[in-house]
Amino acid sequence: MALDKPQVVQMLRTMILIREFDERAIQLRVAGKIYGAVHPYVGQEAIAVGVCSNLTVSDRVTSTHRGHGHCIAKGADIRRMMAELFGRVDGYCKGKGGSMHIADFAVGMLGANGIVGGGLPIACGAALAAQLEGKGDVTVCFFGDGAAAEGEFHEALNIASVWKLPIVFVCENNQYAANNAVAVQHPGVDIAAHAGAYHMPGVIVDGNDVLEVHTATGEAVVRARRGDGPSLLECKTYRWHFHAMRNTPPAETRASDEILSWKARDPIARLEQHGLERGVLSAAEIGTIRERVKSDLEAAVAFAEQSPFPDPKDLLVDMFAD
Amino acid sequence: MREISFQKALEEAVAEEMRRDPRVILLATDFTGDPIKEFGPARVRFTPISEAVLTGMGLGAAGSGFRPIVNWRMVTFSFVAMDQIVNQASKIRYMFGGQADFPVTYRCSTGGGIGLAAQHSQSPYSMWMHLAGLKIILPSTPADAKGLLKSAIRDNNPVVSFECSRLATATGPVPDGDHLVPLGVAEVKRAGTDVTIVGLAYYVPEALAVAEELAQEGISIEVVDPRTLVPLDVETLRASVRKTGRVVIVDEAPATCSAASEIAALIAEDPETFRCLKASVRRVCALPVPVPYSPTLERAALPNREDIKAAVYEVLKESLRPL
Ligand SMILES: Cc1ncc(C[n+]2csc(CCOP(=O)(O)OP(=O)(O)O)c2C)c(N)n1
Repeated sequence: MALDKPQVVQMLRTMILIREFDERAIQLRVAGKIYGAVHPYVGQEAIAVGVCSNLTVSDRVTSTHRGHGHCIAKGADIRRMMAELFGRVDGYCKGKGGSMHIADFAVGMLGANGIVGGGLPIACGAALAAQLEGKGDVTVCFFGDGAAAEGEFHEALNIASVWKLPIVFVCENNQYAANNAVAVQHPGVDIAAHAGAYHMPGVIVDGNDVLEVHTATGEAVVRARRGDGPSLLECKTYRWHFHAMRNTPPAETRASDEILSWKARDPIARLEQHGLERGVLSAAEIGTIRERVKSDLEAAVAFAEQSPFPDPKDLLVDMFAD
Repeated sequence: MREISFQKALEEAVAEEMRRDPRVILLATDFTGDPIKEFGPARVRFTPISEAVLTGMGLGAAGSGFRPIVNWRMVTFSFVAMDQIVNQASKIRYMFGGQADFPVTYRCSTGGGIGLAAQHSQSPYSMWMHLAGLKIILPSTPADAKGLLKSAIRDNNPVVSFECSRLATATGPVPDGDHLVPLGVAEVKRAGTDVTIVGLAYYVPEALAVAEELAQEGISIEVVDPRTLVPLDVETLRASVRKTGRVVIVDEAPATCSAASEIAALIAEDPETFRCLKASVRRVCALPVPVPYSPTLERAALPNREDIKAAVYEVLKESLRPL
């Protein structure tokens, strides 16, 4: 499926924004301006963007500990995301959640999750709500290859399949769960292989090719909207940086040639190449997109920095609804 | 007023709330009665035996506009869903800065005394109290069971309903109509002047029976039922203790880090209430063992009326001693 120019521009802009947001988050963490842990999504941008480009605002997604990309792709405001990283009151969670709990319910982003596998049951509940509402909305559940070893993954696939829930399970197989390679955690290399046991389509996708992700997700979303039930997409990809950092990035434990070979498949460079070759993008336009992302990020950091810290007197606010 | 069983009262609560609000849905591995007949298979879902996923589905559906009731059946089975209870349900509203409400009700039966041995005889409400973020109801009469469960279903937060197995067949009067009992309001089930007994669930009727017996001996017992553990109506508990000066707290969970311990601490920690105490605070709880099977052992592990009476005599005796 050939995308038109505005679609390509939008995808490229979002992918660059996701990458630069996390590169910026790393710098800010090293500089001690933000707090807690950062799990960079760099290298995986094609998945969030290729998937979410099929969704409307009333479709919902659940996310993981590596959730900044999913938030941006679903339409969250980077100023409020940045304010959350800064622990400020204008953050999405008023500074109560931080990186691992950014959510924007207004755009159907039901939250990042600090627990591996924790989002899968919640996504099934959102899909059940969509099924009961009958308006054709779908839920996308993002998770890592590591989560496929958790019981919640298997319970979620099973119930989604028996009930034909309108859900797309998107596994981002970045080859590692923390420092452990897929091979030492799973009996086979393909997470998609589980789909057969649960009687749903299981599709392996090049997770560094945004167009392929877009197309494969599109089919799964159509199937879900039609009432034919869930699909499992496994997007093969690679994270360029460390698993997680606090004060400083941890030392690299992976082979450098492995990292280089994946960097050669940079999803952003590939989309740019595609756009240039098809003549829907010019080098000058790409430059403009990059400039715009840079200035948007500056504005987001400035917004975050000038937002006040939450008042400790509000510590107990938000515990219970009225 | 009609006399109905505790179990029937709970079923009525669910059915009435489902009639009232089409957004109330049921998820459970099995059901009592036949709610599908009235409400249809879209709203009444037989689930696979997958407590983790159905606990989380309750949250996902609640955050997406529905009001699910997830029935774990026995609290025992909820332990395989600990991530969804501990890491998700209790924290989801707060950590997202109050962006959304999660009106989900988790139901479970609890307690021992029915010969089901260790795994099926548990009263772990204090584990949930400890989490900060879940409301907890613990009724002791059919009327409270109905009124509290209806309030729980209407509440915009995750609420856990602990339903004592030994009370399931107990009957009592239940008001007609839309009977609601607010969360966070304790009830003085019997007024008295000498000793306060705080009973939880099954031990409310037990305390009332003890109070009746001791009245023959001229001892006046006040029985207070917290009814909800979160929010806990500590004011009513303290007021009773300020009046009687003596308190015995009775529950079937082991005393260690228990709801009974929390109540004891809240009573003792209030200076005004503490000054009114004429004897030390007593807890009458299960022994700290997994509940055994054999009836002689099970009886010995769980508190009984004799244990309650002995504690009452002790606090009375202690308060007569000169300082
Ligand atoms: C239940 C649970 N166990 C362990 C962790 C610690 N942990 C955080 S991320 C992670 C690796 C997860 O790997 P994967 O699901 O493949 O996602 P990725 O980090 O590769 O994006 C681990 C082990 C956790 N957060 N939750």
